[in-house]
Amino acid sequence: MSRKTYRQAINEALAQEMRRDPTVVFMGEDNVGGMGAPGEDDAWGGVLGVTKGLMPEFGRERCLDTPISESAFIGAAVGAAATGLRPVAELMFVDFMGVCLDQIFNQAAKFRYMFGGKAVTPVVIRTMYGAGFRAASQHSQCLYPIFTHIPGLKVVMPSSPYEAKGLMIQAIRDDDPVIFLEHKVLYDDEEEVPDDPYTLPFGEANLTREGNDVTLVTLGRMVKFCNEVADKLEGDGIRCSVIDLRTTSPLDEDTILENAEETGRVVIVDESNPRCNIATDISALIAQNAFDALKAPIKMVTAPHTPPPFAPELEDLYIPDQAKIEAAVREVAAH
Amino acid sequence: MSELIQAITMPKWGLAMSEGLVTAWHVELSAEVQRGQELVDIETEKIVNVFESPASGILRRRLVAVGDTVPVGALLGVVASEAVSDTEIDAHIEKFNAEFADVLAARADEEVHGPEPEVLDVAGRAARYLAMGEGNGVPLLLLHGFGGDLNNWLFNQPTLAVERRVFALDLPGHGGSAKVLAGVGVEALADDVAGFVAAAELSSLHLAGHSLGGAVAIELARRTPQQVRSLTLIASAGLGQDIDAEYIRGFIAAGRRKDLKPWIERLFADTSLVRRDMLDDILKFKRLDHVTDILTSIADSVFAGGHQALVLRDTLAALDMPRQVIWGAQDRIIPASHSEGLPSAVGVHVLDGAGHMVHMEKAAEVTALIEKLMDSA
Repeated sequence: MSRKTYRQAINEALAQEMRRDPTVVFMGEDNVGGMGAPGEDDAWGGVLGVTKGLMPEFGRERCLDTPISESAFIGAAVGAAATGLRPVAELMFVDFMGVCLDQIFNQAAKFRYMFGGKAVTPVVIRTMYGAGFRAASQHSQCLYPIFTHIPGLKVVMPSSPYEAKGLMIQAIRDDDPVIFLEHKVLYDDEEEVPDDPYTLPFGEANLTREGNDVTLVTLGRMVKFCNEVADKLEGDGIRCSVIDLRTTSPLDEDTILENAEETGRVVIVDESNPRCNIATDISALIAQNAFDALKAPIKMVTAPHTPPPFAPELEDLYIPDQAKIEAAVREVAAH
Repeated sequence: MSELIQAITMPKWGLAMSEGLVTAWHVELSAEVQRGQELVDIETEKIVNVFESPASGILRRRLVAVGDTVPVGALLGVVASEAVSDTEIDAHIEKFNAEFADVLAARADEEVHGPEPEVLDVAGRAARYLAMGEGNGVPLLLLHGFGGDLNNWLFNQPTLAVERRVFALDLPGHGGSAKVLAGVGVEALADDVAGFVAAAELSSLHLAGHSLGGAVAIELARRTPQQVRSLTLIASAGLGQDIDAEYIRGFIAAGRRKDLKPWIERLFADTSLVRRDMLDDILKFKRLDHVTDILTSIADSVFAGGHQALVLRDTLAALDMPRQVIWGAQDRIIPASHSEGLPSAVGVHVLDGAGHMVHMEKAAEVTALIEKLMDSA
C-alpha cells in the first residue's frame, strides 16, 4: 500500500492488466508521444500524462499513437474488441464524442444484442470530463448522461484514486463496452491505494458517509464535495449519508432507494447540465418508488443549463460547490 | 535533567492513522502513573482504544483537552519526577513543540509517518512485515489470524517494542504479502513463516499468535523449540475442534460493507468498536485479486467440514518454553473453553469483556501478559 495519485492509480491499473493479459492494448492521441519525431520517445503519455511510462515496458505494438481522427481510432478500437483484443482507447476530452458517437452507440453498444449474445465488445473508452480546468466550453462538459442513456454501455465515474484503480481493472476485464470518465481536476488527488490488483464491481454504489437525516446521491468529483459538506454539517447535528454511485449504468437502485426511504430527505448532486441528467433520473426513480417515505421535496444541485463558461469567475459559479450543496441540505433538513 | 522528562505523544495505531481524538483522561494531573497504566482514551477513524502510559512518574502536564483532535506524534502530556522544576518542563515543552512543528511541516511535504512496512523475499514470495523497536531484547514475532493482517497488532506492537525489535508479519496470501500460497495447511503456513524467520535472521525469538496464527506458532515452536523463547497463544486455533464455521463462510462471502458488518461484529464483545473504516480496510483486502480463492482454500483445509482439522494440544503440552494462552471470555469464533485442561505449566488467562479480538479489546492486559511471559523466559 502506498499513496498514489488518481493519475498513477489509472496508470498502475493499465500496467497490471497489460502484464496479466497480452490482449490488452491502448491507443489514443499522443498516448505515447514522440512518434516519428526527433527528441524524447514516450514524450507525452496522453495530454495529462496518464499513460506515460507504459510504452518502454510494453512496446509500441501495444501502446499506440493515433492520428487526430477519433472517428477512425474509436472505430478501430471497437473492431479490435469485437475480434479478440481488449483495447483501452483514449478519447482525449469527452467533448469530442460527437465525431465518433456512431462507433460507440450504434456499433459497440449494439453488438451483443444484434448478434444474439454471441459477440462481446470488451472495449474501454477512457475520457476526461468536467469543469474547473479553465479549458472553456469545448473541453469542460460532463456529457455522461448521454452515455448513460444508451443501453449496452457501462458508464463509470471514479471519485478517488482508490476507486479509479479498482474500477479501471474491472472495466478492462468487463466484456461490454465501458465509458470510463476521469475528472480532469482529480488527477493530482492522492490517497492510499493497494499495490496489488483489485476490482470494484459495477452497479454497487459506495456509501462514503452514513447518517440518518439527509441522503446525498452523487458521483465523480462531487463525491469529495459532498463528503466535506457532510463532515461539516455533522457538527451542526445534520447527519448525512453520501452515496457515490460509481457507475450510472448499471445503476445501484437498491442502495439509493433503501437510503432515501431511511432518511426521507434527498439531495442529488450532479455536475452535468440539468435537463435529462443523472439528478433528474434519480429524482424520478425515488419519486416513483419511495414517494411515501419522502419528508421533503427532492432537491437537485447541478450546473445551470448553459455551456461551461471560459471566464474563471463564471466557471466557478457554474460548478456545483460546497456552499450550494450545504444550502440544499439545510433546506431539505429544515423542511 | 531533561532525560527525566518523558513526553507522552499521540500514538500511531495502524498505517493510516494521522490524527487522534482524545475522548477521556484516566489519570489526574499531578497523579502518579505507572508504565502500562491506562492513561487516555483515543478515538480514530477506525476504533476507540485506551492508550497506556509508556512512562512511569508524575503526570505533570495534560496538554490536550477531552474533545480535541491532534496529529500523530503531538504532545499529549508530560511525565516527570517531582524533582524536575516547572521551568524545566515548560522549556522542554517549548522545545518539543518547536521541533514538532518542523516534523509536521516535513510530513505535509512528503507524508512522513512513523515506521512503514517492509518486504522480504521468502522463497520467491513477498512477505510484508512491520518492524518496530530498537532494543536489545530477544525479538518478538507476531502472527495474525485468518483474514487478518499486521495491523491487528496496532495497539500492542508499539508498547511491546519498547525493549526489543517486534515484527508483525502478514501471513502468506494476507495483507501486503504475496497473494500466492505454497500450501494451504498450518504446516505450509509455518514453512513460510520459518522462511521469514530465517530471512530476517532471527536466531532466537518470542512468538505470539492469534487464532490461526496461534496454530502456526505452535507448529513453529515444535520444529525449533530451542529457538523459541516463549509462546503466547491468543484465542488460538489448534487447541480444540470447534470453530464458528458460519463466520468463516460469511466472512469469505461478504463483498459489501453491510454484508460484512455483522460478521466482523461477531469478532468483538463490544460491537460498537467496529467502525466503518475497519470494514473498509477489510473489504479492500478482500477485493484484491486471488484473495477470495486463497481464503477459501485455507478454510477448506484448516477448517474442513466446519471443524479445526489440526489439534495441537499434545504438541503444546510437550513443549518446554514458557507458554500461555489468552482468551476473551465472550469469544464467539473459537470458544474460550479450549483454554481448559491444558498442563499446569501453561498459563491460562481468560479476560472478561472481550471477544475473539481480545488483543484489540483488552490491549493493555494482553500486552502486559506477553511482556510478563517474555520477561520470565
